[in-house]
Amino acid sequence: MTDTEAASGAGAAGDTIFRRNMRSFAENRLALGSAVVVVIFVFLAIFAPLVAPHDPAETDLFRRLQPPGWMPGGEWSYLLGCDALGRDILSRIIYGARISIFIGAAVVLVATTVGIVAGLAAGYLRGWVDTVISRIVDILLGFPYLIFAIGLMAMMGPGLFNIILALVYKEWVIPCRVVRGETLVTRELEYVEAARALGASGRHIMLREILPNILSPVIVVSTIRMAHVIILEASLSFLGLGVQPPTASWGAMVSDGRAFILQAWWVSTFPGVAILLLVLAINVASQGLRDAFDPRFHE
Amino acid sequence: MSMARLVERLLQLVPVLLGVSVIVFVMITLTPGDPVEIMIGDQVVTPEQEAQMRRDLGLDRPVHERFFVFIGNAVQGDFGESFYHRRPVIDVIAERLPATIELSLVALLIALATAIPLGVLAAIRRNSILDRLATVGSLLGVSLPGFWFGILLIMLFAVHLQILPVSGRIGYSSEIDPITHFLLIDTLLRGRPDAFLDALSHIIMPAITLGLPMTAILMRVTRTSMLEVMRQDYVTFAEAKGLPRRRVLFRHALKNALIPTVSVAAIETGSLLGGNMIVETVFGWPGLGRLVVESIFVRNYPLVQAAVLFYAVTYVMLNFLADILYTVLNPRVKL
Repeated sequence: MTDTEAASGAGAAGDTIFRRNMRSFAENRLALGSAVVVVIFVFLAIFAPLVAPHDPAETDLFRRLQPPGWMPGGEWSYLLGCDALGRDILSRIIYGARISIFIGAAVVLVATTVGIVAGLAAGYLRGWVDTVISRIVDILLGFPYLIFAIGLMAMMGPGLFNIILALVYKEWVIPCRVVRGETLVTRELEYVEAARALGASGRHIMLREILPNILSPVIVVSTIRMAHVIILEASLSFLGLGVQPPTASWGAMVSDGRAFILQAWWVSTFPGVAILLLVLAINVASQGLRDAFDPRFHE
Repeated sequence: MSMARLVERLLQLVPVLLGVSVIVFVMITLTPGDPVEIMIGDQVVTPEQEAQMRRDLGLDRPVHERFFVFIGNAVQGDFGESFYHRRPVIDVIAERLPATIELSLVALLIALATAIPLGVLAAIRRNSILDRLATVGSLLGVSLPGFWFGILLIMLFAVHLQILPVSGRIGYSSEIDPITHFLLIDTLLRGRPDAFLDALSHIIMPAITLGLPMTAILMRVTRTSMLEVMRQDYVTFAEAKGLPRRRVLFRHALKNALIPTVSVAAIETGSLLGGNMIVETVFGWPGLGRLVVESIFVRNYPLVQAAVLFYAVTYVMLNFLADILYTVLNPRVKL
């Protein structure tokens, strides 16, 4: 039913389904709340210079390993305490959100775009295009994700652009497989056949007829992947292969705190809480999105 | 599954493995920085000596020739010399492998032992408090960054409560002559229960950290497939026959419900490999994962190359095994 509706009335009917899905998403309190948490993180990241109480790179040796505000020896203006160089942990977490969210969004965006193009081509054109793309996908799937990224980072050296590249090289495979699968089914539907009979070009059919109708599952998968990518980036920067100091990144902050777990538990703990909160919120929100958009969950 | 199908599936692995090797080779070839310069470091050498080193490493030959040499050597287990250890890479890797395998197996065991009972219970008592807790727990399990969870465990059990060691594989006083190189087995073979407990106390935190995401995933899979099986006609029929519910659940339903769990477990064992690098770094576990991370920082590229290839080949084989296992367990599926 969903398919025929989406197929028959071009824009209008599609909008209604989209709106109905969004409404069903909004009814899921937990998912909505999680989406709000994600939005708050994005907001903090964008407006970091306005929100952060201190300069994240400003060192102050008198505040070395200063405890959080509520503990003896702490100051309320340094709410989550300070690290080994006396830098404000809260401010560094707020700035760190920029790195995590920017890398997460950039990787997923680029990977999804590449995946859509490759998946559409493989699924619609079939033949040797499909064979080549599917072989590359198989080979890339042969590497455990983190090891592939670590290997690439070891070769390319650290840096923001290199992390994005290292993760995109493997990440595009996931949306590609989803798009290919959906395209294989959709290309046989009557409305696509009709478009073909009317003499529409392959490009038109792929981008204008098929793509709009397979976009929902792709968006859902992409949001779920964002959580994975954020953890991967944090893992790379924990290992010292991520964004280089003094830029604040959550994984590196957790790693820095390892040397002080005996005297200063807060240095490692709070950045980790930030990762957990953001990743959990994305996971719950994207699950809500999936439940709302996937007709199989509608009963 | 027929023998012919098995052979066919095995043959399909060949292009994948070849592709994987090409990528690993390209990775190392495109690396900025000259391995010879890295080997020389601060030492003073004549241009002739440098040229000799280049010849020894085969770097004077064209790229495609180097690729075939690399593949030819790799098939024979020859990955060259580790710059840092001045020993064959394969020996260094073999030395670190048992620690990694032992850790992965214990993590797998912990994951299976917690995930299956929890998943089954959550399915039987659907929508109960336990079911909800398990759902929340599994969400947490996939959202927790492993390196941070490990540090939290260390802070709680090693620093605060002081009941578990911070890092390492076994205490100095418990060191024993290796037999199998798996310490949990060797300590028992040597008749040293005290050393066994010592090794166990070292492995418990890293194994839990490593196994956590897998536990979360397996629990969800078990729950879903158990719910599915419980809806099947044959289960309803068994219940209608008046068989005790316990018997129906555990004898009839569970056996089939575990099929997806087993194959997902095989796939997830592959991703344990990636987690190893993080967990071994956090807990100072002397395995392959930590060796690779250390090697990256001392630019010990032959070792990184061999290890990445090793991980990838193992991963491909585990996925293959998962496929086979799924077909063997579930005769309705044809490969």
